[in-house]
Amino acid sequence: MADFARFVPTALLLLSTVTAFGQSGPSASDSPKIIQPGAPGQPGKTLTPETAAGPRRSPAKADIEFMQGMIMHHSQAVEMTDLMPTHTRNKILLALGQKINVSQTDEIGFMKQWLTERGQKTEMPMAGMDMSNMKGMDMSHMHHEMPLMPGMLSPEQMKALAKAKGAKFDHLFLTGMIQHHQGALTMVEDLFDTPAAGQDAVLFDFATDIDNTQLAEIKIMKALLLKEKK
Amino acid sequence: MKLALCLALPLALFSQTPPAAETKPAPPPPNPKSTVYFNPRSGAEDPRIGLKGGLYDAGEAAFGLQRVGSLPKPPGFAPGNSFVAPAPPPEPPAPGAAAEPATPPANPNQYGSTNSDLAFSGNHLFVGNYNGINLYDIDSPANVKLRTSIVCPGGQGDVSVYGHLLFMSAEAMNGRTDCGTQGIPLPAGYVAPPPPPAEPTKPGEPPARVRRPPPPPSPDRFRGVRIFDISDIANPKQIAAIQSCRGSHTHSLLIDPKDKDNIYVYISGTSTVRQAEELPGCIAEGPDKNPDTSLFRIDIIKVPLAHPEQAKIVSSPRIFTDVQTGNIAGLWKGGNHGADTQTTSVTNQCHDITIFASAGLAAGACSGNGILLDISNPINPVRIDAVSDPNYAYWHSANFNNSGTTVLFTDEWGGGAQPRCRATDPMIWGADAIFTLKDRKLTLSSYYKMPAPQTEFENCVAHNGSLVPIPGRDVLVQSWYQGGISLVDFTDPMHPFELAYFDRGPIDGAKRAMGGQWSTYWYNGYIYGSEISRGVDVMKLVPTKFLTQNEIDASNQVHFDELNVQNQPKIVWPSSLVVAKAYVDQLARGTSVTAKRIADLNAAIAKAEAGPTDKKAAPALKPLAASLEKDAATVKTVADANRMKALAAILNEKAR
Repeated sequence: MADFARFVPTALLLLSTVTAFGQSGPSASDSPKIIQPGAPGQPGKTLTPETAAGPRRSPAKADIEFMQGMIMHHSQAVEMTDLMPTHTRNKILLALGQKINVSQTDEIGFMKQWLTERGQKTEMPMAGMDMSNMKGMDMSHMHHEMPLMPGMLSPEQMKALAKAKGAKFDHLFLTGMIQHHQGALTMVEDLFDTPAAGQDAVLFDFATDIDNTQLAEIKIMKALLLKEKK
Repeated sequence: MKLALCLALPLALFSQTPPAAETKPAPPPPNPKSTVYFNPRSGAEDPRIGLKGGLYDAGEAAFGLQRVGSLPKPPGFAPGNSFVAPAPPPEPPAPGAAAEPATPPANPNQYGSTNSDLAFSGNHLFVGNYNGINLYDIDSPANVKLRTSIVCPGGQGDVSVYGHLLFMSAEAMNGRTDCGTQGIPLPAGYVAPPPPPAEPTKPGEPPARVRRPPPPPSPDRFRGVRIFDISDIANPKQIAAIQSCRGSHTHSLLIDPKDKDNIYVYISGTSTVRQAEELPGCIAEGPDKNPDTSLFRIDIIKVPLAHPEQAKIVSSPRIFTDVQTGNIAGLWKGGNHGADTQTTSVTNQCHDITIFASAGLAAGACSGNGILLDISNPINPVRIDAVSDPNYAYWHSANFNNSGTTVLFTDEWGGGAQPRCRATDPMIWGADAIFTLKDRKLTLSSYYKMPAPQTEFENCVAHNGSLVPIPGRDVLVQSWYQGGISLVDFTDPMHPFELAYFDRGPIDGAKRAMGGQWSTYWYNGYIYGSEISRGVDVMKLVPTKFLTQNEIDASNQVHFDELNVQNQPKIVWPSSLVVAKAYVDQLARGTSVTAKRIADLNAAIAKAEAGPTDKKAAPALKPLAASLEKDAATVKTVADANRMKALAAILNEKAR
């Protein structure tokens, strides 16, 4: 930025500050100022408490759908781990399932909190119901069933898992949960690839961390799968 | 803070007998193992248990700390404000469909935007926030006054200050170069390319898919480090905005004593890498696909003090490189450490780096590892040690003790939004790990966790803290989110214990709500806390059986002109009798010095303090100093030996 360009806007900034003061009355000089700086070299603005609070806004649709979808996604993992006590005696796997059960339940709690605080439903609207709310969603694969989030096991896969016992169950559980986890990575990737999505800072932190933790966990399951073959 | 989506599995012990299928089993607590000491969980008598919930009227319990003032968050940040989230993108109306009105949230943002890290300069306190920074006057710490608010969203807003320069981290997608709150709306008339067709998935295979086309790059987006000029504190101006590929989750200032013309900023980015179309040179692919990846590095900004507006990234060192193989992904690969261990994230980033320039060292808390850096050359830090830990999920932050012989790391298991201090959560998970530092090597000595069990509604895990300058002791005042504030004494790195605490009941006593202390730092006699939802808290130390008034008075002899905790200052105590009395009190707790000697010391110091009326008082200190020095050589407790030497030095000086 050339030097002269910085000086001109400074003058403008002073001007705009004075104007804002004039509008907010004589007592304003005692109250703290709310400054919204401009880009480097550009003038800033003085906000009032009202303008600083901003209009009440909805979160982006893709963000809501991401959270609702991830709740559904997590719920299936909980459903899978609920099968374990009656389907396997593999201690390592049981311990693993235990951990998944606890963390997924905690995460569901967090996602519900995020949605509720923003006045949103915690469940995805069902297909076949009020479709007008779902404009913008990719409906091509939905037909009249619940949409499957990426990586979620199909009803057939879930049935096969529920039928299997012992080593067969262990195998289906591991392959299924790896598929399930990788789906979560896909969901994050899709979220950030969606125009204007992922801009809620709390959701951003949440989604970001999936990338940072998922691969580690997939790695553990792949190692268990490899052991199985030996 | 990092919010974790832990989809899996630090291994935990599972019930040996499979419970009945129809009743869901109550999860047994995980049972990880420790090879070193860790402090026990407190019992049912702990007054922190069962505190009433509430945003501004929660129950409080304190020991050794007294809250002297609090100030809720101001307009633009306070509960009830709008969310800092963009409006829904303008979608082209589908043919035949009526335009759908956007539905505003049923309830406003209940707790406002999140307060984050703190920085201090003179009589000013800077409180970072997801929506900007608040600048407070702290001339009267019990009566903190808001001076100026800066509205400028973009993620957690980590803050540092140097003279008239105020630094701020921006990482999130909604950050704008112009500090706008609207996020990055789509260009007018933009139509998203159709999503690729969904493909069926096979068991065990990653979902077969074509990646969606990325959103359009934006010249307005800002992810990196902002610099504000606060020469006029009522009118901050943004003078530089340095973009980086992963944005800035945290940053740390490095003041090189040899370089008077520049300061340096280490950037830790933890998020997704942006597109090269938005910031040239950014590469999101991993090192297996592209050796020039923007992952597996930190970025370093050089700020010329004469022209801070010309600040720019001057190096991006690969500090995780395996020096043997040259593999830039040379540290923790991700995964667990065997049965009953924690799942630890891959080391492709640092979360936070604490610079300890007086020792020429920095401690990096880097996802899967704690690392030690030699920072003799600020733009080319060299890794000299790296540790991992089977009970660590995510290495989050670090503090050195003042003598540089101990490093305390924190583990942000669960990312900060999860309740990880329940009675069922292991005391060695989500805890501090205390390492001794000798010959530039880190060795695990113990774990410490805030001991009072918290409810499932309280997000709680180890978080940011700073040293409390009590001479002769290593004490950290630390945030535990809704677990409150805990002061840990880690003078003996093998046996840390809780020295003082402050806690409130949950933000909401009936359901989960985000809140608690993000950072609590000591600054010039007071402890300032940034409470995520409730605002700023100010505390002071009060004497207890573990801490005397003399020790508190001695800590208050320390004065900082400026404090950025991640640019850790070396504390130097004045050679005063106030400090001497603190050492005497500490020696009186142990057995290294006889009770008779303690009484003699107290009497001699009291006489010397009385002033010049007694001409024999000062010279009488000399023989006491000499015997302390002599005895220090044979004393078994290292901390006592150090106190005796330090005390002797003061007495010698006062004897002159």
